[in-house]
Amino acid sequence: MELVTPAIGLVFWMLVTFSLLLVILKKFAWSPILTSIKEREETIDNALSQAQQARDEMAKLQSQNENLLAEARAERDAMLREAREMKDKIVSEAKSTADEEAKKLIVRANDEINKQKQAAMQELKKEVASFSVQIAEKLVSAELEKSDKQQQLIEAQLAEFTQN
Amino acid sequence: MAANHAEAEGEVEHESETKFEPGKMILEHIGDSHDWHLWGHTSISLPVIAYSPEQGLKIFSSSRFEHGHAAYDGLMLHEGHLVWEDEGCTDGLYDLSITKNVLAMLVASVFLLIMMLRTASSYRKNKGMAPKGFLNVLEPLILFLRDDVAKPSIGKKADRYMPLILTVFFFIFINNLFGLVPIFPGGANVTGNIAVTMVLALVVFITVTLASNKYYWKHIFVPDVPVWMYPIIIPIEILGVILKPFVLMLRLFANITAGHIIILGFFSLIFIFGAMSPALGYAVSPLSVAFTLFMSLLELLVAFLQAFVFTLLTSIYIGMAVEEHH
Repeated sequence: MELVTPAIGLVFWMLVTFSLLLVILKKFAWSPILTSIKEREETIDNALSQAQQARDEMAKLQSQNENLLAEARAERDAMLREAREMKDKIVSEAKSTADEEAKKLIVRANDEINKQKQAAMQELKKEVASFSVQIAEKLVSAELEKSDKQQQLIEAQLAEFTQN
Repeated sequence: MAANHAEAEGEVEHESETKFEPGKMILEHIGDSHDWHLWGHTSISLPVIAYSPEQGLKIFSSSRFEHGHAAYDGLMLHEGHLVWEDEGCTDGLYDLSITKNVLAMLVASVFLLIMMLRTASSYRKNKGMAPKGFLNVLEPLILFLRDDVAKPSIGKKADRYMPLILTVFFFIFINNLFGLVPIFPGGANVTGNIAVTMVLALVVFITVTLASNKYYWKHIFVPDVPVWMYPIIIPIEILGVILKPFVLMLRLFANITAGHIIILGFFSLIFIFGAMSPALGYAVSPLSVAFTLFMSLLELLVAFLQAFVFTLLTSIYIGMAVEEHH
């Protein structure tokens, strides 16, 4: 029974000691210890999250770089394609212009040829006409020179005309 | 204060020494006393502080009693208790002596205080750095108590009760460990003393009551059961409020006292068998020492375990008191 009977003296000293212990430890030990532990935890957390952030940033930068590279590559391809197209266009344009020019030249040459032909024909016609006239002249004059009959005819005619 | 009382003890001591009474020896060891027995007939006399409303405060060394053989200033020791010399009773007498347990508790408290203050200062010194040296031992304990004991049971308000939880844990733990050290200033059965555990339980009870919110009391006085069950449930709930700290008190007391008793019991075997025949005593002693060693190691575990259990239950009770309604 004595074992389970609390002694007043021990209760008293225990109360005093424990209360003092609690107050002193709380103020001078637990608070600083718990605060520093918490601070350190926060520091570690911050460091970790910052590292994570840096890693994310790196990844972002990397992907950005990749994007940039891809873009540059695409741009280069586009430029090359454009250049090729331009070249093709220029060549084809040049070709078509040359064709047209050639066609025009041919047409003009044809025209010229036709004109020349026409002129020549005209000339020829004129020549032929004058030749014909000359031939006729020659024929007529020859006829007239050859016989007096024509003279008699003209005189007969004139006589008839005067009787009337 | 250490004195050799071999002369004064004389016959009586001799008589009791020849007849070994293990029960008496064990109870003496786990109980409290006004002087601290070191070895043989050497003991430390502790100060006696007695207060009575009529005669005021009396402070003197317990060596004045000459181990219960003499009276001093109207007071004497009867079976280790301070009583009035003339009446042999304790009416109106308050024994506030620095007894063995009080001294052991004070020594342990000073030890705890120095240890923790030094820890705190070393935290201040390498602020924000990794823990060094002894901090590596203490910090896991503190973190364990904070993250695995207090936070899961109390929740958001855990930080407010951390100082109490830490103090209770380390107080019990240090005193348990000191109790296992067989030489001065260890060996006292502080945490196995009902007065000490009663005060600890009282502190828990007061804390829980002060921490409690309306839901805690609603749960007790307006429980979630049909009204006709109120006459059964409400007394049980009220009893539970008292019973919780009461069980805390008994568990620590019983565990630590039992540990001391077992260890002393195994040691007593040597002398019990030795009384039958010296040869038997010698034969039994290795076995007895082995058992004692085993029990001491077990008690090391119990020292931590009981401090942990007390702290865990304390935080669970606080958690129940501050729990918000859901």
